[in-house]
Amino acid sequence: MDLTALLLSRLQFAFTVSFHIIFPSFTIGLAAWLTVLEALHLGTGRPAYRVVFEFWLKIFGVAFGLGVVSGIVMAFEFGTNWSELSRMSGGIQGVLLSYETFTAFFLEASFFGILLFGRPRVAPWFYLFSTAMVALGTTLSAFWIMANNTWLQVPVGYVIENGTFVPDDWSKIVFSPVLWVRFPHMLIASYLTGAFCVAATGAWYLLRREFAAEGQIMLRMGLYLAAVLIPIQLVVGHFNGEYVVHHQPAKMAAIEARWHDEKPASEVLLAWPDVAQRRNLFAITLPAPFGSLIDSDSLDAAEVGLDSIPQSDWPPVLIPFFAFRIMVGCGILMLLLAWVGSYLSVKGRLDENRPLLWLTFLSFPLPFVAILTGWFTAEVGRQPWTIYGLLRTADAMTPFLTVRAATISLVVFCVVYSFIFAFGVFYIYRLLRAGPVGRLVQPPTAAIPNRPMSVVDEPVAPDPHHAPAGE
Amino acid sequence: MVMFWVALLAVSILLYVLLDGFDLGVGMLFGLTRREERRRAMLSAVAPIWDGNETWLVVTAVILWGAFPIVYATLFSAFYLPLLVMLAGLILRGVAFEFRYKTERARWIWDWSFAGGSFAATFIQGMTVGALVEGLPIENGHYAGGDFGWFSPFAALCGIGLCVGYALLGACWLVNKCEAEVRDTAWRQIRYLSIGLLVFLIVVFIYALAENLQVMGRWIDRPYLFIFPAVGALAAVELAVSIRRRRDGWPFYMVALIFMSAFGTLAISFWPYMIPYVITIDEAAAPHSSLAFMFWGEGLFVFPLMLVYTVISYSVFRGKVGTTTGHY
Repeated sequence: MDLTALLLSRLQFAFTVSFHIIFPSFTIGLAAWLTVLEALHLGTGRPAYRVVFEFWLKIFGVAFGLGVVSGIVMAFEFGTNWSELSRMSGGIQGVLLSYETFTAFFLEASFFGILLFGRPRVAPWFYLFSTAMVALGTTLSAFWIMANNTWLQVPVGYVIENGTFVPDDWSKIVFSPVLWVRFPHMLIASYLTGAFCVAATGAWYLLRREFAAEGQIMLRMGLYLAAVLIPIQLVVGHFNGEYVVHHQPAKMAAIEARWHDEKPASEVLLAWPDVAQRRNLFAITLPAPFGSLIDSDSLDAAEVGLDSIPQSDWPPVLIPFFAFRIMVGCGILMLLLAWVGSYLSVKGRLDENRPLLWLTFLSFPLPFVAILTGWFTAEVGRQPWTIYGLLRTADAMTPFLTVRAATISLVVFCVVYSFIFAFGVFYIYRLLRAGPVGRLVQPPTAAIPNRPMSVVDEPVAPDPHHAPAGE
Repeated sequence: MVMFWVALLAVSILLYVLLDGFDLGVGMLFGLTRREERRRAMLSAVAPIWDGNETWLVVTAVILWGAFPIVYATLFSAFYLPLLVMLAGLILRGVAFEFRYKTERARWIWDWSFAGGSFAATFIQGMTVGALVEGLPIENGHYAGGDFGWFSPFAALCGIGLCVGYALLGACWLVNKCEAEVRDTAWRQIRYLSIGLLVFLIVVFIYALAENLQVMGRWIDRPYLFIFPAVGALAAVELAVSIRRRRDGWPFYMVALIFMSAFGTLAISFWPYMIPYVITIDEAAAPHSSLAFMFWGEGLFVFPLMLVYTVISYSVFRGKVGTTTGHY
């Protein structure tokens, strides 16, 4: 394959946006959880909540910073690499993203500062309020991003004038039914990411027989939340499939590796799709009508095959096919883990079950993998379109972008992101390994007990540093 | 509706320049000191608010995209490589706030990236403004200057000028927020930097006189516009007085006033063009349905809220920072 400016730009966008989504999907869930913890602490006065809060706030700080700086890139990248798209869709996409900046980023940025540095300066209720505002900001941000992406997937509420997209019905854009199944899907995915990271950390401490009180809070809250959310997520995910069937038949056919029209349709569980021969090798298939049942909730619905779509309108088949299966696989693993873990926890047998603690500890990559592969399915499956059915990706690019400039930018982003990712992950790892140790920041009033660390198993020395890893 | 968004765009750019200007400036000055306790004090003076400051840059970008899509598409694709450098700089300095406290052995990496990233981002911002003043090569609505067509000695001069300007803002902020040695050093820096900025402004003015008659014609036609440079000159005099009397609170506001007058001068020189002499404001404006939707939601209701958040965050962190201010 030739390294064209188009391919380089696509690689760059895929790389930078994939890098970026890792951090918001983690911090959206974490921010909500921090709000719950702070509320629980204020409500119950139990110091362990406060300890867990301070601990996860440090991790939140690092992850949030990485999310902010990689997010700023996205606000520029549409203009630098996709100037034709920006020019034509600015009246819609630009407006939606300006709503994101106005409603979300200032909430996040202003109150995030108070979260990190303001504890000694504000009243406890205002600190809780600030935490909630950060959580609200991250959620609003996710909403507008999903609104923007949904408009690209299923454009509605527009007319075309002089080669640009002019909005003529904003209610269709903002209340698109597609948006209102995709936004919950992303939001729940973020909560699950937070839940599994927290539960995995708790399991780690229990395996190490350290920080028992905090570890149990983390493990239980994480697993219980996941046990409730994953079934909901599976249902919401199913609704997402329905919009694809209706609006993006080529994507659905690629996800299912369905080459020919079928009525009723069978369901390929696993296979190696052979694109050149338009067939599946080594296929494990459920017979009809399982395909129709899964895709259209019907016993005899006709499902479209790639054969009846011009090949120039096909997405790449392999990536959506496998990415989708990896996502679902991660979801099922998480479901099993959350249910078994919650069951054992209710029975009081979880803390001694080391194999399950190990599995929980090792499960933290699952939600990230699921989110990334889910997005690969949605975005690669949208190809060859940027605005589905209206603007091809090849026509969306900056027309005069040179291979040289595109190569330089791709290399710079890869180097800079790898650098900060390596250090960021390492610092998060060190914070997690060190655990919830160190002194607590005192609020301005004497609202908390004098010895908040007394629940921790190990005696706490008056450590001048907050954590062994640094300040 | 168009005028509302032009005004909001102008306010956002101005707020960005003033607010992120001082924390980028602190970043550059940070590179000039070696002592850890001074560095901590300098960081503490900006750490709680830098993120909000930088968000005004994103506001500027998305107002451009939503309300003036052609300008967003044309300028950002033209400044492809400079924006890459700016973003890389902003990334490296942004993560440094958190990362430097997570390590002692590798702290020098993040201290370098904080100072270097601040410098790179500032230089690029000044350079792009300079390139805009000179005029970008644009044919048939597309930038036609190649990978490096934005570069010129004048643009580079503007880059250096903005570095001096932001560093001056940064020094004024430190005088305002810090005590003891950091403040004393900043006072000394203000002297040199304000002379540097003055020299830069005079050179730019002479250059504009000599080269770009299109801009100067506007000024000769409407002499009342000289109110902006006049305000700037008054602010400069007051700055000199405050330096002499060492009044901590004053220099920041005086330098901010100088920046405002420079910004106003520049904006009027461009008017009614958004990309000088190629695309006017009216040509660039998004469809009415876009501008109206933005106005009735984010413009009328959310924008005031954004200002409220900014005020809240600045008032929570008002006053001098101690050198021992805790990092959560």
